[in-house]
Amino acid sequence: MPTVEVQNLSKEYSGRYVLKDVNFSVKNGEIFVLVGPNGAGKTTLLRIIDLLEEPTSGRVLFDGQIVDYSSKKDMVALRRKIGMVFQQAILFNMSVFDNVAYPLKVRGESECNIKQKVKAVLKLVQLNGFERKNALALSGGEAQRVAIAQALVTEPNLLLLDEPTANLDPKNASIVEEIISHVNRERQTTIIMTTHNMFQAENLAHRLAFLNDGKIESVGTFQDVFGKPLKPVKSFARLENVFNGVSKITAEGTSIIDLGNGLKIEAAFKKAGNVRLHVPPEDIILSTQPLISSARNTFEGRITEISDMEHVLKLKVKIAENKNFTVQITKRSFNEMQLNIGSKVYIAFKASSVQTS
Amino acid sequence: MIEDTFWDEIWNITTLSLRVSGTAVLIGALIGVPIGTILGFRQFKGKRTLTRFVDIMLKSVINTFMGLPPVVVGLVVYLLFTTSGPFGWLGLLYTPTAMMITQLVMVVPIIIGVTMSAVGSVEKSIRERALSLGATETQAAWLVLREARMGVLTSIIVAFGAAVSEVGGIMITGGNVRWWTRTLTTAIVVETELGNFTMALTLGAILLSMAFGINLALTIVQLKGARR
Repeated sequence: MPTVEVQNLSKEYSGRYVLKDVNFSVKNGEIFVLVGPNGAGKTTLLRIIDLLEEPTSGRVLFDGQIVDYSSKKDMVALRRKIGMVFQQAILFNMSVFDNVAYPLKVRGESECNIKQKVKAVLKLVQLNGFERKNALALSGGEAQRVAIAQALVTEPNLLLLDEPTANLDPKNASIVEEIISHVNRERQTTIIMTTHNMFQAENLAHRLAFLNDGKIESVGTFQDVFGKPLKPVKSFARLENVFNGVSKITAEGTSIIDLGNGLKIEAAFKKAGNVRLHVPPEDIILSTQPLISSARNTFEGRITEISDMEHVLKLKVKIAENKNFTVQITKRSFNEMQLNIGSKVYIAFKASSVQTS
Repeated sequence: MIEDTFWDEIWNITTLSLRVSGTAVLIGALIGVPIGTILGFRQFKGKRTLTRFVDIMLKSVINTFMGLPPVVVGLVVYLLFTTSGPFGWLGLLYTPTAMMITQLVMVVPIIIGVTMSAVGSVEKSIRERALSLGATETQAAWLVLREARMGVLTSIIVAFGAAVSEVGGIMITGGNVRWWTRTLTTAIVVETELGNFTMALTLGAILLSMAFGINLALTIVQLKGARR
């Protein structure tokens, strides 16, 4: 069952195409990552593979078999071989144990089996001892791990993960990443996941597809896709503050990375030669005056783009030719600072905020 | 001796109130919960304009009936069961049964309406999650109903609260006959008119403590049912 083929797949919602002629196939035992900006159609694509939605045209094949959407029985049988984790964990108003046991109960497994399997999977997601807690009382990270346990408890052949770490703190995110690679390594589970975290994509993906505006721009290994990037790929990479440069180790044991155009960034790591680095948008401090602070990196720039991300705003700050930083700030500070496109601003971030792969 | 009849009558009035409203709500729940559940499931399926139109009309009608003035219900039930009315031959007018029917007409829309929105609010996400975990459509529907259980319980408590404190409808159809169809609310009306304030105030206190009990139950249900 695990080989998944998506052929000429399109999806339309009231006249708007969210997926346009998507083609790719995922091999048995592979971690296949769909990367792309918000609204690219990643979630819709996963929902179609999970048979929660029908494509407008095109088809999905599991192990060479075309999905028959008219047979409810076939759909349930297929779904029972797939584990799915939504971006926002949807848990039931019952105990953690009952939540994780639910997929086994609907399959008619015996009480004894259920107990054993739930216990094992809760250990895997590091939630042993949480059995009796009400699932709705959990933190976001714990809730997401329960949702992963629900998907894994049936030992599916195919695991679908929609931005599994997007709303998690770094600790929970690394636990989840660990689970993903563990399951793939130990059980040879085929995994299709979406992310907009470039580092996660690079760390986990055997192969990836770059999805932009409903179309697949390129498919291949991380180097295939981002080594010689197509235009939208490059702009997406820039959106996430990813830069390439040449690093030199300083006398203090830090590194200075030359990004070209006279732009130099200091980082807390010790690495020489060509590096790819990343600065999380939420780690950057924005000010209208130059700051005297402990941050080792301060640059002057102008706001060139403002995008609304529901709870926060993402600003694009141009530092030099072809060098833009994405900065994340709250709407309130944006209003208080009276910012606008073209405003002169200063950005600052610590050397320890600079990450490399 | 006088004391004895006083408490006897209060006991008679209170139990009749509970019996009439309790039966009305019980039967109302048996009718209203399934209908509300079905309508709650419908809300997300209607994508075509016609289905959507039907849903909107249905919802508006139910909402209107949720706020039905009890006196109007009483009037209609009276006309149906009066000697010359279509059901006059049953001889039910001025009986506890007639009062129960009046309150039933009142509470069914309340139970349907509240159940419908409770089921509707969890329907889509819970159903999809259940399906993606391998549930059949029927199994998913049961889970939706289970997740909406606090809302269903709320609908029943709200309906009982409305029924037990209602006066206009049962006054018309029950006739407020002493020792026979006199309930807490109708008794308060008549005892006040007669100047028997001890009786009226005692009954008022009982009604008030019932209202408090109902609201206490509601608050507990809501606290238990609160999703993050």
